[in-house]
Amino acid sequence: MSDALSPQFKPAAKSVAPHKLLGPKGKLLGTAKAPMTDAQALEALRLMMLGRAFDTKCFSLQRQGKIGTFAPLHGQEASIVGSAMALNPESDWVVPQYRETPALLRQGYPLEQIILYRQGHPHGGFVPDGIKVLQFQISLAAQIPHAVGLAWGMQLQQQDGVSVAYFGDGSSSEGDFHESCNLAGVLKAPVIFLLQNNQWAISTPREIQSAASDLAARAPGYGFPGISVDGNDLFAVYQATAEAVTRARAGKGPTLIECHTYRMWAHTTADDPSRYVDEKEEKRWGTRDPIDRVQRYLADSGNWSDDKAKAWEAEIADEIQSAFDNAAKVPPAGPEALYEHVFETPTSTLNRQRAAHLQEQ
Amino acid sequence: MTTLTMVEAIRETLRAEMLRDERVILMGEDVGHLGGVFRATDGLRQQFGAQRVFDTPLAESVIAGSAVGLAISGLIPVFEMQFLGFSQNAFHQICQQIARTRFRTRGSHTCPITIRAPFGGNVRTPELHSDSMEPQYAQGTGLKVVMPSTAYDAKGLLASAIRDPDPVLFLEPLRGYRLVSDDVPDDDYTIEFGKLRVMREGDDITIVTWSASVPVVEQAVEQLVAEGINPHVVDLRTIVPLDEAGLVAAVEKTGRCVVVHESPAAAGFGAEVITLLQEQAFYSLQAPLKRVTAPDAPYPPPGIEGHYIPSSELVVRAVRETLID
Ligand SMILES: Cc1ncc(C[n+]2csc(CCOP(=O)(O)OP(=O)(O)O)c2C)c(N)n1
Repeated sequence: MSDALSPQFKPAAKSVAPHKLLGPKGKLLGTAKAPMTDAQALEALRLMMLGRAFDTKCFSLQRQGKIGTFAPLHGQEASIVGSAMALNPESDWVVPQYRETPALLRQGYPLEQIILYRQGHPHGGFVPDGIKVLQFQISLAAQIPHAVGLAWGMQLQQQDGVSVAYFGDGSSSEGDFHESCNLAGVLKAPVIFLLQNNQWAISTPREIQSAASDLAARAPGYGFPGISVDGNDLFAVYQATAEAVTRARAGKGPTLIECHTYRMWAHTTADDPSRYVDEKEEKRWGTRDPIDRVQRYLADSGNWSDDKAKAWEAEIADEIQSAFDNAAKVPPAGPEALYEHVFETPTSTLNRQRAAHLQEQ
Repeated sequence: MTTLTMVEAIRETLRAEMLRDERVILMGEDVGHLGGVFRATDGLRQQFGAQRVFDTPLAESVIAGSAVGLAISGLIPVFEMQFLGFSQNAFHQICQQIARTRFRTRGSHTCPITIRAPFGGNVRTPELHSDSMEPQYAQGTGLKVVMPSTAYDAKGLLASAIRDPDPVLFLEPLRGYRLVSDDVPDDDYTIEFGKLRVMREGDDITIVTWSASVPVVEQAVEQLVAEGINPHVVDLRTIVPLDEAGLVAAVEKTGRCVVVHESPAAAGFGAEVITLLQEQAFYSLQAPLKRVTAPDAPYPPPGIEGHYIPSSELVVRAVRETLID
């Protein structure tokens, strides 16, 4: 009888503890140092608060029938903003899924565009010249190959930009995620895979997506490192992304960052989470709010106060209102928009169909 | 002027376009060192280097999907699907992503991408390689579908494809790679999309075909002419865009029409051609319009593929039936 062969590669028995820097009470943990200045933390806080206020407003507008179905970001502000803060909007690309409004805003994408998108206006898909973002992606994981292509293109043209692909734990089961990691590893492409593990894909929990102990643990299989971070900790997400950006710019290739966070609101305005979410778990995550801890941290150095909170809330409400006002100035689109931008020059078939539709001669 | 096989014409056009525009890059499975499984890219990696001719991992979806990012970064990707039969692994990226990027972003991001894919039967490949899937891609709104049948057209249409600001699926009939050869000018030229080619003037009946079925129709025409029938024959060259005016004129000339293609009948591109003729040429028709196609059955194992693909005998029979009506 021969001895059984022992596999050289074994799955980890349990998940690793995510990197953390800033505790839920706003205190730096142990010997941790803040990876950003107070000025940067304030910039990040503003974006997080704006993102939450905007989605809160949109949620109530959706209930009034004024905008369409959308996916709110509540609970995920630190993983979205912490990662975006590590980028240089002049050179780096943000490739979103659909919850990443404040990451787009930091790149310079106008808020009124996102309003138009949520209103279902075709102009909502427009990306102004020079703004390095791709449009929201609704087909899960389809954006990840695009981010790899952008990174590859910048590498070939000797530009020092990086691209960041945002996607969820559910999306990380799609073939496009795995094909993308595989190709990016081979190319050493300057791309960061920013996996927001918010524990849910609509009603399907994280355990059903994969038997891997950690989703970030898949990275070494593709020949590059994976990092697990507390996704509700702005500082930890920022530091992990900044290190990944440095690696990417130095030609050392991709990084997979798994942000452990929690989707505090419904999947979308069309979802009913009471059918599947465990209230206790939700409450537990509620005590780890990503915005609250940054405010407490800044209060300790005298940079945050109730008065400031009030002032910012008013400013943010104004900013959102003026974006809605700007969006309202865009004329509604008519049937002719169906025939525009299909090709640079419409085919004779499209011209014929357009003329018949619009009863043109 | 040089006599080239179709695969040589494709290779020389790729070379010329890469010399013409340094943004053009080639990618795909085995396109580099090997020069492609059919040698369509032979020698190009040696000439242009690994920075412009890439061997990719075996993963069709990310080949297509990364081309979107490459294009938006400012390059002009030309990627190969090793066989059209496997391109459905990238179907989403081709039809929903590449083809729609211009529309979704209202023209702010575009995909000047060319997708080359050999397809078609009668070359005794193992199963699942040979399907003619052009009708599926013809519905990929925002995607042009180009289907040359000669070396001359392959050169002019491929040059147009690579220079096109929109994505083009360029389908190469496998059986024609080496069997088809004709005279190709050495100088640069392009062929405008959406202009059919009149292969033969005639006034008894119009035969409409494209790509891999062109040689089948040519054979049928020899037989028909011997029988004293004088067919008018057109090659569509591109199915998106479609030469509507040229097609209507070609059928109005004879009042009769047979459409020949290698894909199955149901929802095949022949159905589109016939509907268009019904809409725009109805009053000139003298007989029911007819199709000669593969049956609505899966592409068979190579041992019986000769029975699956429309034969010249079936084309001759369909023409005779249409002339009797
Ligand atoms: C390819 C694809 N399949 C299914 C859907 C429907 N769908 C929309 S969101 C969603 C769950 C996504 O989960 P995850 O990737 O974890 O992101 P999250 O919504 O939790 O941020 C599903 C199944 C889709 N949009 N695209």
